[in-house]
Amino acid sequence: MKILVITEQREGKWNGTSFETLAAAQQIAQQTQSTVIGLVIGKGVAGLADELAAYQLGEVLLVEHDLLEKYTPDGFSIALKQAIESAKPDLLLLPHTYQVRDFAPKLAASLNKGMIGDCTGYRYEGGKLIFVRQMFQGRTAADVVFIGDAPWIASFQAGAFRADLAAKHASGKAPVKPVAIDLKAEQIRTKPLELFREAKQAVDLTQAPVLVSVGRGIKGPENLPMAEKLAKLLGGEVAGSRPVCDEGWLPMDRQVGSSGQTVAPKLYLALGISGAIQHVVGMKGARTIAAINKDQNAPIFEIADYGIVGDLFEIVPAIIELLEQGK
Amino acid sequence: MKIGVCVKQVPARDAPLVISPNGDWIRESDIGFETNEPDGFALEEALRLKEKHGGEVFAISMGPERVKQTIKEALAKGADRGIHIADAEFYKLDPLASARSLAAAIEKENFDLILTGLQSDDQGFGQTGVLLAELLGRPHATIIMSIEVEGAQMKLKRELEAGWFQHVELPLPAVLTIQSGINKPRYATLKGIMAAKKKEIATIERASLGVSNAPTQHVEKIYVPQKTKKTEFLTGSAKEAAAKLIEKLRHEARVIG
Repeated sequence: MKILVITEQREGKWNGTSFETLAAAQQIAQQTQSTVIGLVIGKGVAGLADELAAYQLGEVLLVEHDLLEKYTPDGFSIALKQAIESAKPDLLLLPHTYQVRDFAPKLAASLNKGMIGDCTGYRYEGGKLIFVRQMFQGRTAADVVFIGDAPWIASFQAGAFRADLAAKHASGKAPVKPVAIDLKAEQIRTKPLELFREAKQAVDLTQAPVLVSVGRGIKGPENLPMAEKLAKLLGGEVAGSRPVCDEGWLPMDRQVGSSGQTVAPKLYLALGISGAIQHVVGMKGARTIAAINKDQNAPIFEIADYGIVGDLFEIVPAIIELLEQGK
Repeated sequence: MKIGVCVKQVPARDAPLVISPNGDWIRESDIGFETNEPDGFALEEALRLKEKHGGEVFAISMGPERVKQTIKEALAKGADRGIHIADAEFYKLDPLASARSLAAAIEKENFDLILTGLQSDDQGFGQTGVLLAELLGRPHATIIMSIEVEGAQMKLKRELEAGWFQHVELPLPAVLTIQSGINKPRYATLKGIMAAKKKEIATIERASLGVSNAPTQHVEKIYVPQKTKKTEFLTGSAKEAAAKLIEKLRHEARVIG
């Protein structure tokens, strides 16, 4: 099998999840006696292709064009389709980034193929590759297989594999092969404008040793002082899941998860957080995770070290009281 | 503007999920269903665009008979017409087959704009909007945080990762997927609920569309995931559990003073 890893960069900087996917591809290749090739797409990215060539790869495809300087779903899909048709990989692997979500299904459809997205892992059993992804917001997992002819397209969730396990090239470097692309300005219907950040982040959650994080279970802004009090007693900060920030109960800069900050505190205390994947990717690196939730089947308990199934409005005041008593 | 909004019906957030006997789906018989929350934001955005620019909003849903309820709720909130693509075994379709069916069913409507939610809370493929755009030959943009329409052009704010955003311009007609939290979805008013009773829901049998449902992928089974960590559950009264947690965090995990 020939496995193609499509890496992601923006303005010449790697998206680190590319190397997680590379590690996954190398692992699959080892089990299936396959070759892995890498691909870098953009403009002025020969340097990145050279960096990628230092990894254990058969070759690195360099897809460059003036019209690929800024990402557009049209430009990337058209260019990648041509690269795929010339390289003929059996399996395409991508990191499941926001950008990949934006173009990969389109690319797949343009090849008349399906895509298994947001996979958390895979298994190779009896000569068959099975991709594992979550459904029902992480409450169930699903084993999914491809049907029909190659190429097959899959993306891996951030954190599903370890980037530091991506193997370097054993003897020097993989060859870098430029791929000629036929792309015209009128084929690109999106006009990408500036990238920007909103108000400077006031709170750097990544620096807090303890995070008391609230989810929908906190029910309303009137209950936040309780979480704030607990955070203060534990020497930490209050954080929240996306729905809580969307509701305006907490400012956006306190959001943990794929669209917020990625944190790895000593203690992450999750109050009324169900543990949807988009949240979990932002906090699963915490040293210790404790969760209080009324639903014993909440996915947060899959990653928690300590769990209390119960009413947080009884348990949190009890914790506060004990801490205040110095117990 | 003629706007189509794709709304999906999914198991209610708190529904207890039981895997079906053949292992590829859940048992639907004893649970409640509701409108996929992310699609509610797309519907609200469509209604606001209609209020600002005039036009019509169509609520489009695929699935068994029960999904008409989701269409009715959209009509009660202010959508003008409903399209139900009937398929009793909708859950078996993969993303590409779903999108092909949707595209075939709505192509002749020639919508100026099609909106979808970011992803569904059940299967969570997150591909429908992008696939629909490709199949209909329309441009698209995803994870949209704001929409400004000026003539046949839109200026959009897209969310990127880690606090970054980007403005993009896109011509109409187009397909957008809406980021959750972009707006505060309205509730249906009594007047709206009454008015909805007179609104039309057109039903199209999916099988009549002549679209291939040949899968490109197959869900072999779904299951409760194996824990990567063993959670130690602390039990007892609220006070007892609280005391146990403090003890564990202080003396076993040693993460608090």
